[in-house]
Amino acid sequence: MSKPIEHDYIGLSEQQLPSMEKSSDKKDGLHLKDTELRLGLPGSESPEREDHDQNVLSLKSFVSGAKRGFSDALDGGGNWVFSGGSGGGTEGLFSPRRGGKNNGGKDLSGSDSGSVLKDGAAQKPSVVQEKKLQVAATSSHGNGNIAPASKAQVVGWPPIRSFRKNTMAAHPPKNDDGDGNAEAKLGSGCLYVKVSMDGAPYLRKVDLKIYGSYKELSSALEKMFSCFTIGQCGSHGVSSGDGLTESRLVDLLHGSEYVLTYEDKDGDWMLVGDVPWEMFTDSCKRLRIMKSTEAIGLGML
Amino acid sequence: MEPSELKRSKDSPNSDESTRRSSFPDEVLERVLSLLKSHRDRSSVSLVCKDWYNAERWSRTHVFIGNCYSVSPEIVARRFPKIRSVTLKGKPRFSDFNLVPENWGADIHAWLVVFAAKYPFLEELRLKRMAISDESLEFLAVSFPNFKALSLLSCDGFSTNGLAAIATHCKNLTELDIQENGIDDKGGSWLSCFPESFTSLEVLNFANLSSDINFDALERLVGRCKSMRVLKLNRSVSLEQLQRLLVNAPQLAELGTGSFSEELTFRQYVELESALSNCKNMHTLSGLWDAKGIYLPALYPVCTHLTFLNLSYAALRSDELAKLLAHCPRLKRLWVLDTVEDKGLEAVGLNCPLLEELRVFPADPFDEEIIHGVTEAGFVAVSFGCPRLHYVLYFCRQMTNAAVATIVQNCPDFTHFRLCIMNPGQPDYITNEPMDEAFGAVVKTCTKLQRLSVSGRLTDLTFEYIGRYAKNLETLSVAFAGSSDWGMQCVMGGCSKLRKLEIRDCPFGNAALLSGLEKYESMRSLWMSACNVTMNGCRLLAREMPRLNVEVMKEDGSDDSQADKVYVYRSIAGPRRDAPPSVLTL
Repeated sequence: MSKPIEHDYIGLSEQQLPSMEKSSDKKDGLHLKDTELRLGLPGSESPEREDHDQNVLSLKSFVSGAKRGFSDALDGGGNWVFSGGSGGGTEGLFSPRRGGKNNGGKDLSGSDSGSVLKDGAAQKPSVVQEKKLQVAATSSHGNGNIAPASKAQVVGWPPIRSFRKNTMAAHPPKNDDGDGNAEAKLGSGCLYVKVSMDGAPYLRKVDLKIYGSYKELSSALEKMFSCFTIGQCGSHGVSSGDGLTESRLVDLLHGSEYVLTYEDKDGDWMLVGDVPWEMFTDSCKRLRIMKSTEAIGLGML
Repeated sequence: MEPSELKRSKDSPNSDESTRRSSFPDEVLERVLSLLKSHRDRSSVSLVCKDWYNAERWSRTHVFIGNCYSVSPEIVARRFPKIRSVTLKGKPRFSDFNLVPENWGADIHAWLVVFAAKYPFLEELRLKRMAISDESLEFLAVSFPNFKALSLLSCDGFSTNGLAAIATHCKNLTELDIQENGIDDKGGSWLSCFPESFTSLEVLNFANLSSDINFDALERLVGRCKSMRVLKLNRSVSLEQLQRLLVNAPQLAELGTGSFSEELTFRQYVELESALSNCKNMHTLSGLWDAKGIYLPALYPVCTHLTFLNLSYAALRSDELAKLLAHCPRLKRLWVLDTVEDKGLEAVGLNCPLLEELRVFPADPFDEEIIHGVTEAGFVAVSFGCPRLHYVLYFCRQMTNAAVATIVQNCPDFTHFRLCIMNPGQPDYITNEPMDEAFGAVVKTCTKLQRLSVSGRLTDLTFEYIGRYAKNLETLSVAFAGSSDWGMQCVMGGCSKLRKLEIRDCPFGNAALLSGLEKYESMRSLWMSACNVTMNGCRLLAREMPRLNVEVMKEDGSDDSQADKVYVYRSIAGPRRDAPPSVLTL
């Protein structure tokens, strides 16, 4: 990509967002821009933006909407948006835009084609008009990151019965990440848990299913919460003073300033890392990055 | 006794009617013929001579009508006075894929009215692709006091209210099988309509429905129907509820679970596993909606005697499938989603040597951007491990000629070969050549082939091969294939046993259509849509062959001279009178 075009996860470009932006602004009366966090390198200025676009990694799957609703991501903070780190690889959350503009465009499954056809609107060549428009809309807005849908879908093809089409559309099995975390992704649904950090003003949510190991989870969390450990965050959320580096956070975490704990199904707070990863993801209800001092006090260390 | 033996004994004396009758009373003949079940055998028997025709018609209790418009209910009733079981199929198969207009027809009601008058002791009705309303279901429920079995597959036009009527009135019901229908699900209260005194149900399949049912009512129903052998639940039934049902029904032979994904405590898991392991007769397992890998081990005790495992609604990973299949050595039929990928299919090849049928459905059929699923490698792996494979339905995004050649070399006994390369007209992805040689290999090697669905980039050569080699072929489905009329002509000329031909989006025109002139009367039906057939061609066909119904479905805004969708079928009932305005009978 020469110039990364910023998109939210549905693939709407900047032009689309201001209108939505206004509505959500009105809705909560928050000064979103002021508190917008960017994880750029210190001293860099993120380009002036009207809206909360992010550098979305090419998560093509979002276009097809196979992921379960990101409404979960709206918990608490609602409209917090974080731009991906310039190095990429952040698994940060993407605040969803309600798909108003794109007509629920995230769902490109066949159930749509079914309903369109019932109108008898099929024409030669046998192409579903509505699908074409949807697809065209997506691709015109989302070029670059969201792979443009190559062709419009054909009526009644592939030959799959409506019942199966509708069932798979309503309950999509899983989706693949463009980054190739295929193995980690497979399995039903996602597993969002809240992550809190002592001293941070707001929580985050992560999808445990997208990680395959403790290492991946902890580095993702480190990136996500790095700004808080520097001390004072400026009102713009950009770290001031010394440069933020990953290693500093790691040191902080490993230097026993913080420990990672989780609440399990029984409501107990446990230290992360004792049980096999799969068992952990199955029993973890929420995560908390706890100050070591407090952890010691709880008798965990 | 074989019909041929009977024939010999009849032929030896001279065929004097009175002599024959005295040596072989009609009652005996009827008694013998009543043991014949296959409708094809019966059709053959009825052609032998007039006496046999009569004996056969008086002894027939089950009638199978493959095309509801090929005959009228009155004609059926006149010929077969003692019918207790009817199987009826209606719309062309492509209606499953939304290619047939909504109000096309195939309404059951006229049939029911005749049956109520002529077959008041009707016991079984099995419908496929018919339109059936709630009123019809109510009529059915009250008109036949002995009614036992209702099976609806891929039908539409009714709601759960109709099911409520069945549950309420059919005191002797043994089977209620609702599969893949376009049903208006208004709620689960229909299930509560089975009276508390009702105990005869043996088959209950409501997996199609999404609404919650009253679980207590279901639990009591299953508890008192001691002969229940088939139970297929819908997604709203939880794992914990499943366990409660199973403890009361360990005799089940076929189980469709509900949702397989909620959180279970360890104790609940153990109880579920225990309940499943008590089901010693279970040979078929399906459902497993949203199956979570960690609970699959609960199925292991059942897996050892499973012959049919339907995982096509459970998005399993390859490792999850592999672990499960290690416990399924006796599996004969397996349906999966392509989430298992090639690695999962390797596990199939390694663990299921007795496998006869494999169906691989696409989890994301409409998303071209996501490249996963299965490839030719998975299919090849299965073929090496499963030499008895004879039925395959395979959705994939890439295939090669060489792979298919290998596959049929390993499995020469294919009777049903349905390969769907999902991108229309896609060539061999390695050589970039058409897939002609693949299907050529199939028809040359698999001499028992009855059903074939082709896909990928195909020239007329494929159809030359089919016409030349596929001598047992009965059903052929073609889409986005062929180069000219010659392709279809080869098929019409060569496939002597062809009964059903369905074609879409192919460059076959009038010459191709008319090349089958002589043939259509020996076939059940022909479907051609988005081809190059014109109205004139259809008119010509209709004129030349008066015993065929030639129907054209017009689409809005299309050229007047083009015949967008053509459906041709033989009929002794004449042109139908219930066609909607968009369907023209020529």
